[in-house]
Amino acid sequence: MAAVVVLSTYFSLALLDSVHFKINPQKKLQQGPVASYVNPYLQDWVDPQLHGKTLSLLDLFTQHLILSTERTYSAPFALQEYSSSIVYTDNGVEQQFKQLQYAGQHLDNPDEIFKDVTIKSIYALVLSFFITLAIWLVHGYFRIKAYIFRDISVKIQPLSWNSFYLALLTVIFVLTWLFYLSHYYHVLGTDKVGQDVLYQSIKAIRTGVMIGLLTTLVMLPLALILGISAGYFKGWIDDIIQYLYTTLNSIPGVLLIAAAVLVMQSILNTHSDWFGSTEERADMRLLFLILILGITSWTGLCRLLRAETLKISQVEYVAAAKAFGLGGFSIIRRHIMPNLMHLVLIALVLDFSGLVLAEAVLSYVGVGVDPTTPSWGNMINQARLEMAREPMVWWSLASAFGFMFILVLAANLFSDRVQWVLDPRAH
Amino acid sequence: MFAYIVRRVLYAVPILIGVNFITFALFFMVNTPDDMARAQLGAKQTTPEMIAAWKQERGYDKPLFVNLEAEGVAQITDTLFTQESIKLFKFEFGQSDAGRQISADIYERMWPSLAIALPTFILGLLTAISVALLVVLFRGTVLDTATMMLAVTIMSISGLFYIIAGQVLFSKLWHWVPISGYQPGIEGIKFLILPILIGVFAGLGTGIRWYRSIFLEEMNKDYIRTARAKGLDEIKVLFRHVLRNGMLPILTGVVVVIPTLFMGSLIMESFFGIPGLGSYTIDAINAQDFGIVKAMVFIGSVLYILGLVLTDISYTIFDPRVKLS
Repeated sequence: MAAVVVLSTYFSLALLDSVHFKINPQKKLQQGPVASYVNPYLQDWVDPQLHGKTLSLLDLFTQHLILSTERTYSAPFALQEYSSSIVYTDNGVEQQFKQLQYAGQHLDNPDEIFKDVTIKSIYALVLSFFITLAIWLVHGYFRIKAYIFRDISVKIQPLSWNSFYLALLTVIFVLTWLFYLSHYYHVLGTDKVGQDVLYQSIKAIRTGVMIGLLTTLVMLPLALILGISAGYFKGWIDDIIQYLYTTLNSIPGVLLIAAAVLVMQSILNTHSDWFGSTEERADMRLLFLILILGITSWTGLCRLLRAETLKISQVEYVAAAKAFGLGGFSIIRRHIMPNLMHLVLIALVLDFSGLVLAEAVLSYVGVGVDPTTPSWGNMINQARLEMAREPMVWWSLASAFGFMFILVLAANLFSDRVQWVLDPRAH
Repeated sequence: MFAYIVRRVLYAVPILIGVNFITFALFFMVNTPDDMARAQLGAKQTTPEMIAAWKQERGYDKPLFVNLEAEGVAQITDTLFTQESIKLFKFEFGQSDAGRQISADIYERMWPSLAIALPTFILGLLTAISVALLVVLFRGTVLDTATMMLAVTIMSISGLFYIIAGQVLFSKLWHWVPISGYQPGIEGIKFLILPILIGVFAGLGTGIRWYRSIFLEEMNKDYIRTARAKGLDEIKVLFRHVLRNGMLPILTGVVVVIPTLFMGSLIMESFFGIPGLGSYTIDAINAQDFGIVKAMVFIGSVLYILGLVLTDISYTIFDPRVKLS
């Protein structure tokens, strides 16, 4: 039972994660003369230093992170720069660790940092506890109402709300803690040019999720249509589709992607006049990458669906439907598709986590997203070069891996859970 | 048997032609020889004469598919597509941008790749199968749950993390093995241990889960119940029946991979500085050397198709139910 609770904790974490990303739509709000004319009250929200820049809705809440840019590396919760620099004082040249500009400004004495962090953490914990409690109360109202007016004839498996709230509390606590403390410290340190690592990691969520989600959306119709028609119509259609995916499959995945991206790059280079700005180009590159990934990764699901459709179309109820004179498409829609959906769901979630991991590898190979796009792969790639430093610069790597790990783990556990619920053989 | 193998090999030919077409489409149609010439000759003012000369030198001055100027069969044979395809099928990859023979390079770099990939593959397979068997033996217990949790965790961590963490821990902090490099022969082992171990560990999560589900499915079949009813103890049931029958689906998944071991691992080799085919490919991608990438794509698909044929053959050997038809 403990395992189920832990599993569903992560399951709800995954759910929360996905909701979290959807709530933060990266709507580009043009902060300029046009936007300030439309939204005068938005102007008060945005720091004057950021006016005229393209911002996302998420940036509104994290603008203090963009502004607090240091000069170079600094460790998490550090008050001083990571490397010493030469300072010209009255007594001549001196090596010293410079104070950070945006960390711990409110402290009188550097030794108080531990006490200060503890107090602020407790504050965040209490706050998040109350938020969770409020949600629990609101939810409880609806649960009681639903319980009173429930349909007695229908038996519903009770959901594990305890672990849900446990996970919710954890997530809210982590978010408030990060948000609150990031006003005073660099919670995850800063990178080479002094940007806050926390901000980068959060921005990279969008890239990772976009690659994962959009690619699965690109490949889903391909795999569904081709897989089912191969399995149902058989004959020459099956032969052609089998030939198609065996051919695509036989080219090593990374190489095919690399080749396609290389070609795309040289096209973009020769036609650099197509794009207005570098940002547009980076976005275009991301879209191309998603397209390429989608075209190369549908084969696995397609094969799975074909095999399953072959099996299902032998079953009696399909024969009965045929005997009733139902057309091919209605049989597929009514009898075959519903029986495939759990497979599709599991495969999609697994593909999603695979793609998030693949992004990092592709960025390392040099065929990933544009180097200017914030992504975990790019963060790892940049931080890797700093491994040789003594002592090591580890926080950039660690946070990129950490954020990626939580997302992928949640997705994997979610798909496990779905499989366990929907696949009768697993019991 | 022989006729069967010949038929399987013949079946692979259209697939190879398809692969060839895709590579051709990628490298010549989307990115035309004119574009290539411009990219190669630099951004400076390139005259049409210079481009024509460059294409002439490489033999790229023919039309793509149909040569209208030629007559008869030559209409199809005297084209870029046919010319390039024949070159690929003869394994003539030409020269890289650095002026080296690609075929010779590939032959030379094959062995370091194999030195890593083969032990990783065998060790990984053995560990994953034995752990899966152990887990199946103790199914439903805490050990089972804990191992499965561990497997999901291993699966969810990026492969790059294992490499970086391994290098930092074993090479940088503890100085057990050199951080990267390669040396042929017995002395090279110290360079190979870390990448092999990391490769085995990184693949463990997926392997254990997959093999466990195969074994569990086998466990629920009737003949296992019969075996137990006969009074066989659990370990004998596991090794004599479950393992042997479970090997069939494992075989189909695994044999495909064997030929592609020659290709090496892209990231592993470049992180550990091993002069194998993987790092060769990465260097080529970074240098935008189309010749090498094209050659590697073709070799990779040939090896994969070889794997498919091998799978079919091994299936007929190990599963008496499959007829050679």
